[in-house]
Amino acid sequence: MSLHVDIRKQLGSFTLDVDFNAENGVTSLLGASGCGKSMTLKCIAGIEKPDEGIIELDGRVLFDSENGINLPPQQRRVGYLFQNYALFPNMTVRQNILCGLRRERNRTSRQQRLCDMISMLQLEGLEERKPAQLSGGQQQRVALARILVSEPRLLLLDEPFSALDGHLRDSLKVELRDLLERFGREVLMVTHDRNEAYNMSRDIAVMDKGRILALKSTKALFADPGSVQAAVITGCKNIAKARRIDEHTVEVPEWGIELETKQRVEEGLCAVGLRAHYFSPNTQYNRFAVHFAEEMEEPFETIIQFRYEGQKPDSPPVWWRLTKDKKPAQFPGELGIAPANILLLYD
Amino acid sequence: MSFDWFPLVNSLRIAAISCVLVFFTGIFFAYYAARLPRVIKGVLDVFLTLPMVLPPTVCGYFLLLVFGVRRPLGILLAKVGVKFVMTWYGGVLAAAVVAFPLMYRTARGAFESFDKTLAYSGQTLGLSNTYIFWRIRMPACRQGILAGTVLAFARALGEYGATSMLIGYTPGKTATISTTVYQLWRTNDEKGAFLWVMVNLAISTVVLLSVNMLEARQKKAVKS
Repeated sequence: MSLHVDIRKQLGSFTLDVDFNAENGVTSLLGASGCGKSMTLKCIAGIEKPDEGIIELDGRVLFDSENGINLPPQQRRVGYLFQNYALFPNMTVRQNILCGLRRERNRTSRQQRLCDMISMLQLEGLEERKPAQLSGGQQQRVALARILVSEPRLLLLDEPFSALDGHLRDSLKVELRDLLERFGREVLMVTHDRNEAYNMSRDIAVMDKGRILALKSTKALFADPGSVQAAVITGCKNIAKARRIDEHTVEVPEWGIELETKQRVEEGLCAVGLRAHYFSPNTQYNRFAVHFAEEMEEPFETIIQFRYEGQKPDSPPVWWRLTKDKKPAQFPGELGIAPANILLLYD
Repeated sequence: MSFDWFPLVNSLRIAAISCVLVFFTGIFFAYYAARLPRVIKGVLDVFLTLPMVLPPTVCGYFLLLVFGVRRPLGILLAKVGVKFVMTWYGGVLAAAVVAFPLMYRTARGAFESFDKTLAYSGQTLGLSNTYIFWRIRMPACRQGILAGTVLAFARALGEYGATSMLIGYTPGKTATISTTVYQLWRTNDEKGAFLWVMVNLAISTVVLLSVNMLEARQKKAVKS
């Protein structure tokens, strides 16, 4: 079971040009808003038409510009969970779910599948309510029930948590992750939130201006984003131009330092990234003199901005993020970072 | 002599039939105009809205130009026994043309504010486009479409200019409330004119009251 997408579409100021494969499990498209990730979903669902390319699902051709194939969304069997859930406001919960069952001709089995789905998604007692009378989490469950009951071959999730209050999100993430595991087919999720992508997905594709910069397993991506844009999108705060010195040394002129790396430095290196969490006053590696610049407090963490001693005046300060209990009483004169935590970024 | 109720009956049937015609054609054009390329849409939009801004007599003039008994189309229609000039169903045509833009524009506004993701999600669930149109799009746009229908009905009921141009005033044949009011006033029958004005006022009040009641009921339904 697999999804193969290779499409191009002109979108205002840039061209959507994506080429990827996804297999069983959750794959996330992670990127800033307006980078073309929702458009990719719409093309797969058949709501939008790519200018050219091919889309295949489990060996079935959904779209093929060369052979003039463009299945209507009704025949694609692709479930699409919209950002606002798109429940039909004039129908009850039961009627909404039945909309996903109109292919089922047999009355008894339709009723059976409706009941199964209602109990699976814990919607008992809400059957006769209208969508406007449901909470955000309940609306999401109804929308999922409506989609899953139609037995799609692929599930698309467009920013599934953006319509929910913050405190609901985490518990629903766990619920949804368990549900998707039971679904057992490919899921493609779009999000701009790196935590969400990290929580939910096995693989992540980082998107920027219509292109996929990297498609890796979630852990591998965060450990080695590979490019400057991917490092920014995965939340790396400190990025500076760098030059290769030798196989395990890079020079960062902007900060006036040389860093020792664990990974081999290849030719073509353009920058390094240092994640704000990884600095430590205790490590002996890559230890340099630093000066305090600014401090910003969050509920449970502190962000300290500092400058390396030889740092150029026009370069922005470096961020160090640490939990409050780890915060030293006095700002240390030197900070280090382990060689394994230096992100090597290429063009 | 018993009172002649013909103008009321005639006005009501003209308004009712033209309202039904305008309901379907207005929705049809509102729905399909939205999907046309921009240039064609702009031209079509101007053409379809013109009857709203033109003086009704000018609309009547154009109708005579097309359907007049000595015009090609008029002659052709006369051969199959259809004559729009000086007949009550000519009044239906006149009222429909004048009322059409009201239905078209309000329905178009309602369709344009319709949340497209509802239609998209229907499609991905495998619902047919016909089902989506009648069971999802129309109910969601119910308020706008209802408002357009009422406006079109009221406009058709009060139509004077195009009607008098096309079908004139023949008592018992083509007389409507509005042409009767004018005719009676012109012939110094002030009492008769006043009576028909009252009839007209009563109908309009009933229409507006029922619209308000429908709206109130809808608001209540949304709240509960």
